Amino acid sequence: MTAVRTVLTFAGLTLREAARRKVLRSLAVLTLLLLGLSAWGFARLDAEFGGLTSGEARLAASTVLNLVMFGFSLIAALGTAFLAGPTLSGEVESGTALAMLARPVRRSTVLVGKWLGLVAFGGAFVSLAGLAQFVVVQVTVGYWPPRPVAGLALLAAQTAVLLTLGLLLSTVISPMASGVVAVGLFGATWIAGVVGGIGDALGNEGVARVGAVSRMLLPTDGLWRGAMNAFQDPSLLTQFAPDLGGSPFFSEAPLTATYLAWAALWVAVVLGLAGMAFSRRDL
Amino acid sequence: MTAPADSTATAQRLLADLPPSPAVWCEGLRKRYGRRTAVDGVSFTVGRGEVLGLLGPNGAGKTSVIKMLLGLVRPDAGEVLLLGRPARDPQARARVGYLPELFRYQPWLTAAEVLTLHVRLSGAAVPAAEQREVLGLVGLGERTGDRVGGFSKGMQQRLGMAVALVARPELVVLDEPTSALDPLGRVDVRDLVLSLKERGVAVLLNSHLIGEVERVCDRVVILDRGRVAAAGTLAELLGSRELRLRLDGVDARAEARLAATGRLTRSGEWFTVTLSDDEESAVPALVADLVALGVGVHAVEPGRISLEERLLAVLREGPGASS
Repeated sequence: MTAVRTVLTFAGLTLREAARRKVLRSLAVLTLLLLGLSAWGFARLDAEFGGLTSGEARLAASTVLNLVMFGFSLIAALGTAFLAGPTLSGEVESGTALAMLARPVRRSTVLVGKWLGLVAFGGAFVSLAGLAQFVVVQVTVGYWPPRPVAGLALLAAQTAVLLTLGLLLSTVISPMASGVVAVGLFGATWIAGVVGGIGDALGNEGVARVGAVSRMLLPTDGLWRGAMNAFQDPSLLTQFAPDLGGSPFFSEAPLTATYLAWAALWVAVVLGLAGMAFSRRDL
Repeated sequence: MTAPADSTATAQRLLADLPPSPAVWCEGLRKRYGRRTAVDGVSFTVGRGEVLGLLGPNGAGKTSVIKMLLGLVRPDAGEVLLLGRPARDPQARARVGYLPELFRYQPWLTAAEVLTLHVRLSGAAVPAAEQREVLGLVGLGERTGDRVGGFSKGMQQRLGMAVALVARPELVVLDEPTSALDPLGRVDVRDLVLSLKERGVAVLLNSHLIGEVERVCDRVVILDRGRVAAAGTLAELLGSRELRLRLDGVDARAEARLAATGRLTRSGEWFTVTLSDDEESAVPALVADLVALGVGVHAVEPGRISLEERLLAVLREGPGASS
């Protein structure tokens, strides 16, 4: 069996698992809940603060949109991290992996297939939920983000980074632990990013470096900031930049090509490590 | 110009004439888990179409050996060839079916989908009708469209058997294939193994049920504490047979006649003579002589040392134990 066929088989299997194991249903319910709440919130925003200047209204809509999108990225992170863990180490523990890996397939190929399936699943979720959210914001307050496609792509990339980490962790620790650690690291990087933002605003280089370093170690927060930048109104930057410097839901600059390349390299390296760890493991 | 073509043809003919490589060949397999040595220098061969039984107490290293053969556990030392290819190459497993001891299949798939998945992974082209046939063979013909999540343990083991058989294997490795089955299911598995043997498929069978092994296996390897404690055909392992006789009026001459046939033990009226393999034909002559000597012959029972007795002897006393 060719490697490509194995990869596609396992990617398809992973998607089918997600679809059949109620993950999809619970995710859909959670998403609809968040969409409904945000629609209500945006509608109130419009009603309560009808007297806002157009600039202020844009600021409010843009910031709240980023807040809600953060909610989606959190759902995607939790969902994929807890899906990525069990899919590998859970199958090893239960014995499901034994019969499959005794087939003429390489373990690294199997891993790449699972990864691809999870990336497709996470990416599809983020894109659909994000798009629905844009429509909600457009209908309620008439705001449409400037670069929706780039932003959603970055959000999907953030999900890919986290689930790659989840896969690596699940090759060495138990499924539940790998999910918890992945989400914990995700949260820690986000907080480090906020701390770094405050450092930037205060002009304290040492504190600012915390954010920069954590963004290199785990690119989730960096990609998230790039996504926020694509969602927020560009005029905010010129009008309110000095006041918003420390805000966790405001991003001053788009991502550089270098950083995107780093994120891609990071994913490749971590996936490679996961493949190596999985290939060497005794089942 | 024809010379190279001729020599190629000759080489091909020579290759074709070679006996096929064994289904399994392993040499010096060794595996340590931390400080504990699980497998220590295990070597054996399973010929094409042969049924080999792997026996031994818990923790003897049977499952570890099987997993090393299939590339699921990395051996610390040793070589494995599966169907003539080094086991490092995943393609060596293309014609191998495997039922693990710890068997579980995707609960969200149906039985038919599990088989389709495994056919795809094996790279074989097995039509859907043939896949359904295999499910029928293991007694799941009525449940092809049901999710595996709703299956009992025994049904999952039957499904595992189907998975092992579906991709037209030339070697089938069964690790405790009847652990979750009722007596009826065990008979089914035995029949399946025998039908594989008829079709020339090699089988490596690891089972605690010695009776099962004794009925279907051509050869047996007994593992103990990670080493091969004994190996051979059933006839080799169970070589000696016994003859139990209930006699009266046995005098010294009759006793001498009995002792001349084989090792003699007595318990009351019962005399037991151990016969070596080729001495079975000596039984009628012995009985005739005893009658001629005036001995009353009440019963003559041929007996065979069971594999169980042999296994226990090997495990208690070491490989050299006489039975």
